[in-house]
Amino acid sequence: MSLKGKAYIVGAYEHLTRKAPDKSLAQLHAEVAKGALDDAGLSKTDVDGYFCASGDTPGLGGLSMVEYMGLRVRHIDATDTGGSSYIVHVGHALEAIAAGRCNIALVTLAGRPRSEGMQTGTAPRVGNVQQPDVQFEFPYGPATANMYAMAARRHMHQFGTTSEQLAWVKVAASHHAQHNPHAMLPKVVTVEEVVSSPMVADPLHRLDCCVISDGGGALVITRPEIAKNLKRPKVKVIGVGEASKIQGGGVGLDLTYSAGRESGKAAFEMAGLGPSDVKYVSIYDSFTITVVMQIEDLGFCEKGQGGKFVADGNLISGVGRLPFNTDGGGLCSNHPGNRGGMTKVIEAVRQARGEAHPKVQVKNHDIVLAHGTGGSLATRHVGATVILERE
Amino acid sequence: MSDKVYPAVPPTPGTEPYWEGAKGGKLLVKWCQDCGKPHHYPRGVCPHCMSTNLEWREAKGTGEIYTYSIMHAAKPAYVVAYVTLDEGVSMLTNIVDVDPGKVKVGQKVKVVFKPSEGGGKLPCFTPV
Repeated sequence: MSLKGKAYIVGAYEHLTRKAPDKSLAQLHAEVAKGALDDAGLSKTDVDGYFCASGDTPGLGGLSMVEYMGLRVRHIDATDTGGSSYIVHVGHALEAIAAGRCNIALVTLAGRPRSEGMQTGTAPRVGNVQQPDVQFEFPYGPATANMYAMAARRHMHQFGTTSEQLAWVKVAASHHAQHNPHAMLPKVVTVEEVVSSPMVADPLHRLDCCVISDGGGALVITRPEIAKNLKRPKVKVIGVGEASKIQGGGVGLDLTYSAGRESGKAAFEMAGLGPSDVKYVSIYDSFTITVVMQIEDLGFCEKGQGGKFVADGNLISGVGRLPFNTDGGGLCSNHPGNRGGMTKVIEAVRQARGEAHPKVQVKNHDIVLAHGTGGSLATRHVGATVILERE
Repeated sequence: MSDKVYPAVPPTPGTEPYWEGAKGGKLLVKWCQDCGKPHHYPRGVCPHCMSTNLEWREAKGTGEIYTYSIMHAAKPAYVVAYVTLDEGVSMLTNIVDVDPGKVKVGQKVKVVFKPSEGGGKLPCFTPV
C-alpha cells in the first residue's frame, strides 16, 4: 500500500530567536511546540504522537520532553540521524499515522550551541569512546568543517568543481536572506567576498560555512480526515525517503556522493514525480559543498555537474531554475542546534502554502521538496527527502 | 609540529593489537579470512560479510592521498586526509612533516609513527 498522501503537514513554526542564553533547551522545545500547534489551530491535548531526535532533546529519548510539556501520547519516536532527523520524522510520522499509531504527530527541534559557546564546526569532539570509530579517528582532529572540506576537495579533484562555483550557493542564500528580518547574515555577498573570506578548512572558506545559532522549530502532522477541517492551506506529504551512506569498511571509499541518491529516488518513486516537477527545494546547507552534492544526488543535474548548475544565480528565486532555501537557510538565517533539517521542512511548507516572503515566494508552488544530510557528508550519514504537494 | 603529542582514546576490547603494533612501528590492517577483504577501522566482525574469522596483517605502509583538508581554523594548522593504502583500504589520518601547501590528491605517501598520549604511537603519513 502506498503511503502517498496519507498525511498532511498542518502546523509549522520556527523560533524567532537566534541566541537564547536566558532559555533552557526544554523551554525552547516547548515554545516551538506551542507555536506549531497554534499555527495548526490545535492544542496539546490533541497530540497523541511525539517525535524528536534524542541528541538535541534533554533527557531519555522523548520521555523527559513529554513530561515537561505535559503530553499524553500513545506513540513516541526519538530517532536521531543528526540534522536530517526532522525530515526523517516527517516520513516516520506519515507511517505511524497510516498504521493507526497516532492521529496528530508533533515533531520538535531545539538547540542553543551559540549560547553554550560551542565551536561547532572547528573543534573535534570525542563523544562516546565506545563509539567504534573514535579511537581511530579523533586523534587526527576530524571536525565537521574539515570532514566536509575533504568531500569538497575530492569533488574538485574529480569533477573540476571550483571555489567560485561553491560560492554561488552562499551568494544565492544571501540574496534570499536580505528579505528575512530574522536572518543572522542578511547582507548580500558576492562570489569574490566568499572566496576571499578566511580559509577555515581548505578548500572551505568562512562564508562556505553555515552560521551557529540557537533556536528551534516544530511541525504538526496529521491524517487527511483531520487536516481537511483545519484552517491552514493543505500541504500533503506525497513522497518520503531515507537512506544511509557509509564508508564501506574503507574499501571503495567514494566521498563524491551522498545518500540523497537513494532517499531522493525513494521519495520521487512514492510521489510518482521526477526532479523536473519540483518548483522549490530546501536543501540542507551546512556548507556550500553540501548543497552542490545533494542537488546532483537528487537528480537535478548530472553527477559532477553541480558546480556548474549552481553558478550564475541558478538557485536564486525569480532568477534561476531551482530556487532554494528562500529563508536564507543555514548559510545566512539560522542553524538551530547544529541541525538544519527542521528549518528546511518549515521553509518548504511556507513555499507550498504561498507564505514565503513575497520577494522570494515562487509563483507556481504546487510541488516542493526538502532534503537533508545528517552526520558527516560523504563518509557516514543519513539522507532524508520529503516531497510536499500544495492541495 | 614535530613535537606534537597526539591525543589518545583508550582501546576497546579487541583493538589492543592495533595500538601495540603501532607502538612497535607496524601498521596493522584487519583482513577477513572468509571473504578475503581488508577493512579499516578494525572491527571484531567483518563489515563486508559479518565473519568473525579475521586476522591482523602488517600493511606495507605505503599508499596515496585520496583527499585532504588543511585545517586553518587550528593553530598550528594540520592536514587531515584519507589515505588509500596499497592494500586497497582507506584510512583517516594526518599528513605530517610537510609544508601543508605542498600536499596534493594522488600524492604517494608512507606511514610514520608519531607520539601520542600515554606513550603510544599514532600512524600518520608523509610524502614519499
